[in-house]
Amino acid sequence: MIVDTQNFMKFSDEFEARFTEMLTHYPTRRSALVPTLLYAQDEVGALTDEVIAELAQRLDLTELEVRNVISYYSMLTTKPRGKYNVQVCTNIACMLRGGEELLDHCKKKLGIGHKGTTEDGLFSLEEVECIGACSWAPAAQVNYDFHENLTNAKMDELLDEYKKKGTQ
Amino acid sequence: MATLVSHPDEVRVISKRFGQGATEIERYLQLDGYKAVQKALGMGADAIVNEVKNSGLRGRGGAGFSTGMKWSFVPKQSAKPKYVLCNGDESEPGTCKDRLIFEHDPHAVIEGVMIAALAVGSHIGYIYIRGEYRYLSVIMQKAIKDAYAKGFLGKNIFSSGYDLDIHWHGGAGAYEVGEESALMESLEGKRGIPRIRPPFPAVVGLWGGPTVINNAETLAAVPHIILGGADWYAKLGTPKNGGTRLFCLSGNLNKPGVYELPMGYNLKKMIYEVGGGISNGRGLKAVVPGGSSTPVLLPEEIDVAMDFDSVAKAGSMLGSGGVVVLDDTTCIVKFALRTMKFYRHESCGWCIPCREGTDWLEKTLTRFHAGAGLKKDIDNIYYLAENMLGKTFCPLGDAAAMPTMAFVKKFREEFEDHLDGKPCPFERTGAAERQPVLA
Amino acid sequence: MPDVTLTVDGKKITAPAGSLLIEACKSVGIEVPSFCYYPGLSLQGACRMCVVKIEKMPKLQTACTTTVTEGMIVATDSDEVRQARKAMVELLLGNHPLDCPVCDAGGECELQDMAFSYGAPESKYTEAKNHREEQQWSPVVYFDRPRCILCYRCVRVCGEGMDVWALGVQNRGVSSIIAPNQNDHLDCEECGMCIDICPVGALTSGAYRYKTRPWEMNHVGTICTHCGDGCKTTLGVRCCDAGAEIVRGDNRDKSGINNDFLCIKGRYAFDFAHHKDRLTEPLIRKNGKLTPATWEEAFELIGKRFREVRDHDGGSAIGVVGSNRTTNEENYLLSKFARAVLKTNNVDHHRTADFPALAAALHGKPGKTASMRDALNAPAILLIGNDPTNQHPLLAWQIRTNVRLRRAKLYVINAAPIKLRRQASGSALVPAGAEAKAVAFLGGDDSLLDALVDSQVAGGLTREAWIALRERIRGEQNMVIAFGSELRGHDIERLVSFASTLTGAKLICLGDYANSRGASEMGLYPDLLPGYEPVARADRFQKEWGKLPRETGLSLPEMVEAAKAGKLKALYVVGSNPVGRLKVDPFVLSKSFVVVQDMFLTETATIADVVLPAANAYEKTGTYTNTCGDLQLVKKAGEISNTKPDFEMIVRIADAMGCDVSGLVPFGSGTHSDMGQTRGAQSGEADRHAVWLEAHNLEPKMTPFDPMAILDEIQRVVAGYDVSRVNLLAGNDQHLEIAESGASLIQQPELIDPANDDLFSSGTLGRYSKTLNSVFENKSAESEVAAD
Ligand SMILES: Cc1cc2nc3c(=O)[nH]c(=O)nc-3n(C[C@H](O)[C@H](O)[C@H](O)COP(=O)(O)O)c2cc1C
Ligand code: SF4
Ligand code: FES
Repeated sequence: MIVDTQNFMKFSDEFEARFTEMLTHYPTRRSALVPTLLYAQDEVGALTDEVIAELAQRLDLTELEVRNVISYYSMLTTKPRGKYNVQVCTNIACMLRGGEELLDHCKKKLGIGHKGTTEDGLFSLEEVECIGACSWAPAAQVNYDFHENLTNAKMDELLDEYKKKGTQ
Repeated sequence: MATLVSHPDEVRVISKRFGQGATEIERYLQLDGYKAVQKALGMGADAIVNEVKNSGLRGRGGAGFSTGMKWSFVPKQSAKPKYVLCNGDESEPGTCKDRLIFEHDPHAVIEGVMIAALAVGSHIGYIYIRGEYRYLSVIMQKAIKDAYAKGFLGKNIFSSGYDLDIHWHGGAGAYEVGEESALMESLEGKRGIPRIRPPFPAVVGLWGGPTVINNAETLAAVPHIILGGADWYAKLGTPKNGGTRLFCLSGNLNKPGVYELPMGYNLKKMIYEVGGGISNGRGLKAVVPGGSSTPVLLPEEIDVAMDFDSVAKAGSMLGSGGVVVLDDTTCIVKFALRTMKFYRHESCGWCIPCREGTDWLEKTLTRFHAGAGLKKDIDNIYYLAENMLGKTFCPLGDAAAMPTMAFVKKFREEFEDHLDGKPCPFERTGAAERQPVLA
Repeated sequence: MPDVTLTVDGKKITAPAGSLLIEACKSVGIEVPSFCYYPGLSLQGACRMCVVKIEKMPKLQTACTTTVTEGMIVATDSDEVRQARKAMVELLLGNHPLDCPVCDAGGECELQDMAFSYGAPESKYTEAKNHREEQQWSPVVYFDRPRCILCYRCVRVCGEGMDVWALGVQNRGVSSIIAPNQNDHLDCEECGMCIDICPVGALTSGAYRYKTRPWEMNHVGTICTHCGDGCKTTLGVRCCDAGAEIVRGDNRDKSGINNDFLCIKGRYAFDFAHHKDRLTEPLIRKNGKLTPATWEEAFELIGKRFREVRDHDGGSAIGVVGSNRTTNEENYLLSKFARAVLKTNNVDHHRTADFPALAAALHGKPGKTASMRDALNAPAILLIGNDPTNQHPLLAWQIRTNVRLRRAKLYVINAAPIKLRRQASGSALVPAGAEAKAVAFLGGDDSLLDALVDSQVAGGLTREAWIALRERIRGEQNMVIAFGSELRGHDIERLVSFASTLTGAKLICLGDYANSRGASEMGLYPDLLPGYEPVARADRFQKEWGKLPRETGLSLPEMVEAAKAGKLKALYVVGSNPVGRLKVDPFVLSKSFVVVQDMFLTETATIADVVLPAANAYEKTGTYTNTCGDLQLVKKAGEISNTKPDFEMIVRIADAMGCDVSGLVPFGSGTHSDMGQTRGAQSGEADRHAVWLEAHNLEPKMTPFDPMAILDEIQRVVAGYDVSRVNLLAGNDQHLEIAESGASLIQQPELIDPANDDLFSSGTLGRYSKTLNSVFENKSAESEVAAD
């Protein structure tokens, strides 16, 4: 394989530092793959063909192997999501406390369905499995932030806040 | 971030430092931090293993296997490096306890991993945290860094001559990766497909080396055992079920929350006293006692001691400590469907019975709940689950089958109420009566 | 390891410790069903079909992942077990399209068989099945998702078996799907192993799909006619207007030296046989144009002209060029015909390896050649030169399998970073053309070390590393040493003497075509007779062949020179294309009377005076000797009417020359009937015919066109070929001792011209294979896109 050192993809310095360090943690390069994919996705917005090619090369994998892994994990995506990914849990504990109604509310409010993205690219919506907030149900995550003991009204406030933040 | 609760019956061991600022290493040290590992350094491997064995500590990940016993299976001599792996993938619906430990007491997990490493002669440990818990990963990464800065990790820890490294590792969304061998695959950068056993991880695990894998709560309990002694710990619980555990009370309760109660605490009391009883003044319909994988208990079955053996005797499992309470407005078919939807979504797809079985069960339950059920479906649902049980590649198939069989067995009449084009009886009762807590 | 005793279904059985329960059961005839278990590939435990009840175990256990233990008590067919399997089949059929009537695998489908055995008569499901459109992944590979049962055999055979890793699994749960490496298509070696290993009709072959039903074909086990490795291939044959058409090639019965392996050529590239350009009538040049003629006309003309030249200008005015793809019988006959009838030693062929040098070097050292099977079992392999992945796909497979399953040590010395280096435990890159120096260094000549080290690029070794590598190689026992045409003449002699210092080392000389070794051993040389016997020592053959010319004949380039000088009056080319392959100037031959036997109007045939339409190796019976020296039976499968095997044509020309044919082919004196040569394609039919003849007290009758008649003579006359006829006819390969006649080295290594065919080319045959071309074009199209 020809390693084209000129064309390495640019990630942030923080990413590169973390990546370099992570490689020292394991006996095999590919071990760093799963967390690295998530960090890369956070920076680029999605695991694009370019990211896949780049990480495959860095970790001595084929692109196919990288794709196989990506498609296994539900947080990883090859298609960009909205700036704020609203993930509403409807699993049992949340369901018992109105998780599904909360999801419906979000659908109506944002005008999108499960895995949809608003036209302005600000929000995407996802029905997710248990996020570990059962005792504080119903719960949702916006990107990595947890929001718990939610009601429709609280959700409205929250979405408005994000909207404000996102359009500033 | 998650709200803390308390109840007078609580016995605070693991949750002792919750809300005390123990994420800061200095604070942790003030609160007896890193004393246990220093004590363990002076004990020798066999003594540590025996102490943990005698404490009656059983795995908090779900299966309840004796932790000391598990450690004793690791071969003393090994050509390949040995590893300790902390399972912080916490994804079992109804379970949200490891989250609190990582949030409030990350160093306790690190210390637990260190002691486990000493016990089995390992020099490298990993703490695997599910991808959704990004803020906890940040906390854990800092904690590890601080421990290195203090010289507690790395070369020659506590000037003992022992080298020990611990690293953080993160997931990216997959329940199955919580299964121990799938977790190792994931850590090796692969799809979370479980491994064939035997060989068991204690002999052939990460990168082929002997590996101890324990739940985060299990490991967080270890320093307390070392400091407080096996006897003290064992006596907190019931025979063969030492100590306390974090119970995650959720569902239709007035005071849901994560409470630390002694092993063997009565379930009924847990619901009505600790959890404050059923919300909205409703009656109790059923309880899922140990996370979504465990068969439901009926109200008449809940006068049971919450330890591994008693709950098993009652026909269910203590599992991961997630107690989910269903009030009498809950449609069991709907509940069964949501549970199955989860397993269909999370099945890794490796083996036929789990992959196909969860799909057909979800499809059938969906149609059934939508009012297009056929009489034969009820038996079919049971038949499908029964034919998955014990035949799948890993226990996820069982986790999907067991609760389903219990739903059909214990609530057959309610299934029958959905027949003949009748809409769901609980949707019929109307929103006012149903009152989700949300409203 | 000691054996273990266990009880299966009430029967006490023993099995070697460490064996898998499923294999232990199989060894005593108890079949435990499975989809995902495949011997030689990694264990999956995924399909759960092989569950059995083992006493003291709470749950059913998978026989494919359980190793036998002493005293184990197993039930493989209890009600509980049968119910579990039935449930598995029901679940699989739930989403299965049940399109058996139009599925290629219908009749050969393991899911069908399983449904039949375990019965899943009524569907338990009311919901719609998950559907997905079929996809074409390459010119030869189609994927039908709903039929896939996710046994991962394809993924494993591609990765573990082929070391290509072009298939993966994507998504999870019920959405899991087999995925190709380029999003929607495959970039791979196109071997088709994935198709063959698929237990259902999920992966189907572009070359075969929708053509026929398995039970409408006859199946003939024969030998692939492409490279020199000699894979057994079972050809599916169907009647057609033109005779009998070959529609499929595989080796699913795992007979032969290649187990279930075939490369793209073996699996698909039989289709040249039905190319529309195939010659089906003799052509005679009339008024400067090749014009259709009758066989009688053609033979008469050739016979007349050959006789004239021989009688007028002497045999030395005639040249004969033989083939690397005709059978041993044909090559032997051609050699004999040239010497005994045409009276010439001007005999040659396209040489691709220096087999005579190996024979000469091995004089007095019996048992020093390795068979293709040895490459699978040897504890160590040394590969010098060549690129087996491309040029000897079976050898590459044997080596990979050996390294994977038996942990054999592979050492590679090559001027290119060939793919097999991935399996190597030691390898060295040498400057181009320095393979011989490396051999001398191995033999102890340290003066060459600088040449190996100095001009090194990336991948080369330091002095110390070279010395260390040599030490490791020297320490190997029972090593197989395979070398390519990079080594010739005295280099081979040097290699043999180095090998003689090792314990149990054996050699493989790599030549390029299906019967290159046979052509060589049957004496298609100007200076050697069959069995590498120098022409000067023709006495051995006198009894069978009559009076023979004793002086060394002309090599091919010398024949061309003679033609240029007007001294070569006639040239007889059998299944060879010197103009196309060896760049012989066609103009030079314009004054000679040229006869060509071939399937197509090749560059050589276009300038011929007479062209005879020949049958190919799939259309005739005989034997091939692969590059290792393994002798195998070639059986007639297909047929194109009005073509003739080269064997028959040689006999007819001899007859037309007025020669006593019974002296040429000792027919009637043998002991074996023909093997279906003239009786259609059905395998087994010849046997049935023979049985019938015997039952009716009738002597099996033999004709002068029966190659088996001359096999008797070959076995008598050619050193090394005296092997068991019964074994041969039963379809078994037999390794031959190379004939070490004591001839000295011939000193013309420059005449060796390797073909350098790769996986997607195969000389003239490849040019007429639609499949090879479509794959090749597809690949070039893709690389153009990539380059844009
Ligand atoms: C499908 C499946 C999911 C699991 N998920 C988790 C999990 O999220 N966290 C965990 O600690 N154990 C989980 N387990 C249990 C682990 O396999 C393993 O038993 C446990 O980590 C061992 O630790 P312990 O002995 O301390 O309980 C899961 C098991 C299965 C079968
Ligand atoms: S494509 Fe065929 S071989 Fe591959 S997994 Fe599917 S059924 Fe098995
Ligand atoms: S069920 Fe919703 S967070 Fe657990």
